[in-house]
Amino acid sequence: MLAPVKIAVCMKEVPDASATKRIDPQTLRLDRSGDGTLNEFDTHALEEALRVKDASSETEVVVVSMGPGKAMDSLRKALAMGADRVVLVTDEAAAGSDLIATSKVLAKALERESPDLIVLGQQAGDSDGAVLWAALADRLRLPMISQAASLELREGKARSKRQTEYGYDVIEAALPCVVAVSDAINEPRYPSLKGIMGAKKKPQETVSLVDLGLAGDEVGAAGSRTEVYALGEPAARGETQRIEDEGDAAEKIIEYLSARKIL
Amino acid sequence: MDFELSAEQREIQALARELAEAEIEPHAAAWDREHRFPRELFGRLAELGLMAVCIPEDLGGAGADFLSYILVLEELSRADAGVGVAVAVHTSATTLPLVRFGTDEQKKELVPPLARGERIGAFALTEAGSGSDAAALRTRAEPDGDGWRITGVKQWTTNGAYAGTFLVFARGEAGISAFVLDAETEGLKPTGEHTKLGLHSSSTTDLVLDGAYAPRARLLGEEGKGFHIAMATLDGGRIGIAAQALGIARAAYELSRGYALERRQFGQRIADFQAIQWKLADMATELDAARLLVYRAAWLRDRGEPHGEAGAKAKLYVSSVARRHTGEAIQILGGYGYTKEFPAERYYRDAKITEIYEGTSEIQRLVIARSILGLGERAVPTPA
Ligand SMILES: Cc1cc2nc3c(=O)[nH]c(=O)nc-3n(C[C@H](O)[C@H](O)[C@H](O)COP(=O)(O)OP(=O)(O)OC[C@H]3O[C@@H](n4cnc5c(N)ncnc54)[C@H](O)[C@@H]3O)c2cc1C
Ligand SMILES: Cc1cc2nc3c(=O)[nH]c(=O)nc-3n(C[C@H](O)[C@H](O)[C@H](O)COP(=O)(O)OP(=O)(O)OC[C@H]3O[C@@H](n4cnc5c(N)ncnc54)[C@H](O)[C@@H]3O)c2cc1C
Repeated sequence: MLAPVKIAVCMKEVPDASATKRIDPQTLRLDRSGDGTLNEFDTHALEEALRVKDASSETEVVVVSMGPGKAMDSLRKALAMGADRVVLVTDEAAAGSDLIATSKVLAKALERESPDLIVLGQQAGDSDGAVLWAALADRLRLPMISQAASLELREGKARSKRQTEYGYDVIEAALPCVVAVSDAINEPRYPSLKGIMGAKKKPQETVSLVDLGLAGDEVGAAGSRTEVYALGEPAARGETQRIEDEGDAAEKIIEYLSARKIL
Repeated sequence: MDFELSAEQREIQALARELAEAEIEPHAAAWDREHRFPRELFGRLAELGLMAVCIPEDLGGAGADFLSYILVLEELSRADAGVGVAVAVHTSATTLPLVRFGTDEQKKELVPPLARGERIGAFALTEAGSGSDAAALRTRAEPDGDGWRITGVKQWTTNGAYAGTFLVFARGEAGISAFVLDAETEGLKPTGEHTKLGLHSSSTTDLVLDGAYAPRARLLGEEGKGFHIAMATLDGGRIGIAAQALGIARAAYELSRGYALERRQFGQRIADFQAIQWKLADMATELDAARLLVYRAAWLRDRGEPHGEAGAKAKLYVSSVARRHTGEAIQILGGYGYTKEFPAERYYRDAKITEIYEGTSEIQRLVIARSILGLGERAVPTPA
């Protein structure tokens, strides 16, 4: 790269994996009051951005997120890993945003940054939409590469191998563009102790919807067209059979599967 | 009262836990079986700042507080107690006394390579004839030009075979002094890796000193004040060993709890038997008490308050919890606990040492008694 690159990484706080997930029966939304953690998929996006920064120190990596104020605690880990700063969009009115409304908010926040490259994870571990990157690219009218298993920046272009069921597509897009990485792309680094100690000194900006020039009714529950009518337990499985292992469990399983012509 | 860790302490704890689960725990059984000191791991720990958690930033450390360091030791020891003691001896028994008692020149020269993990630290006080009664040590420091020739044999030096920097205590005309010697020093040689009950991933050697030369620049603190340095170092070091014991006890509890919820006998989970429930309830309760004692001692130290008594209480109690709980873990796992298919037997072998080194349990009681009864420092021989 000739010019210094500015990379925005979209990262989300999700409920900690060890917490039992609960849907609030009143709002029909995921209860996010417990401990949060960085969405694991997004740490791969950050790692890829940090690798560009490792190679050229002038690269700036900014984390962009929407979420409750307490999400900053999780996002600080991104700073500890090596990101330069965080922009967190947090606003009461944004609560209840669906995918489309979320993309509107993040698009605004990203426009303000005008990065050369926007990197996202494959999906958020709580709601598993795997859609946001497409919605963002569409709003920003930028080319997009998804399921990227590699990323190279060269002569103003991003080049990726895109994982498919049969192999790889090699795709190139002119910068600025949006890249959603797969979790096979890299092994995210640990934050170092110096990183942890230094994180609190790095800029952590909180912005509201007004700061982004958005009206409350454009986003949040009001701005979302998705409506959740009801939530329920998955239907009970039909025929199940519990096999206690008394030394012959393997044979019993084979017998069961063979009887149904599965084996 | 505030029982919350700070955000930073939680993040450091999370890092140590994540690393220990991914890169230490999976190998611990093999290192134990092969009696292997995982030298390569310490480079990795150093890269992340874990070999110098509570060492000041300007000397190459991470600049975190002592409690953060204790949290790290707990996590490392939960995965592998040998790794825990290696980091403890390196940090609080070698690097910290250099930071505390070294001159500016000594600090600048000696601390950064330790903080970066290029050199591993070792603390050589004990000898064949002087353990608890460390002041009876016989290693000699004979004046030679503007320095000393050190001669004697140190015993059970943790990290001995892999250390680059040794803190050595020897007797001269002015009494006991502390010297900092490089592994490359002529006449200094770690020998005879000891075979132990447990802690197999840790190196424990003798250290032969045969006229090893220490120039004046390598005298730590004042001449004749070495014993004070050793005792002050062990004051903080004990909290580290208590954290090691806490990590082992936690490993034993977590293993027992998980197993009890899965193992079925008489058509139910063994966790449904009251006998097992009570064991787990006692373990959880004592583990909490143990953790609070350790964290309080570290917290006092961070506040610059006296912590000798608190540290001795923590080490005395937690080491006993670790020994008993690791035995209970074997009991809860039954025959499986006695085999090497599960780590319970390793925890059991590793736990015992925490009642011995950096002051035996008898010596901790002595320290506590002296403090609560207001007996003078010299009322009984000062022990290591
Ligand atoms: C009716 C409804 C109500 C909802 N209410 C809430 C609510 O109150 N609070 C809430 O937090 N969520 C709420 N959600 C979920 C929210 O819409 C989604 O989390 C969000 O749209 C992103 O979708 P996803 O998590 O499936 O992301 P995916 O499409 O799976 O995410 C792909 C990638 O996009 C990026 N990304 C996703 N979300 C964010 C974000 N917030 N900030 C930065 N980057 C991000 C990450 O890089 C991620 O890897 C609601 C959803 C619905 C349908
Ligand atoms: C694996 C391992 C690693 C070690 N690492 C180091 C190291 O890195 N550096 C180092 O310098 N040393 C190290 N040591 C030595 C350790 O600190 C000593 O073993 C310990 O201080 C006890 O000394 P001792 O073994 O000589 O026992 P002794 O002092 O001989 O004690 C024997 C018994 O007598 C009891 N006893 C002694 N004095 C009294 C008293 N006054 N009142 C009541 N009871 C008493 C003791 O509690 C014990 O039960 C290590 C030891 C081991 C086993």
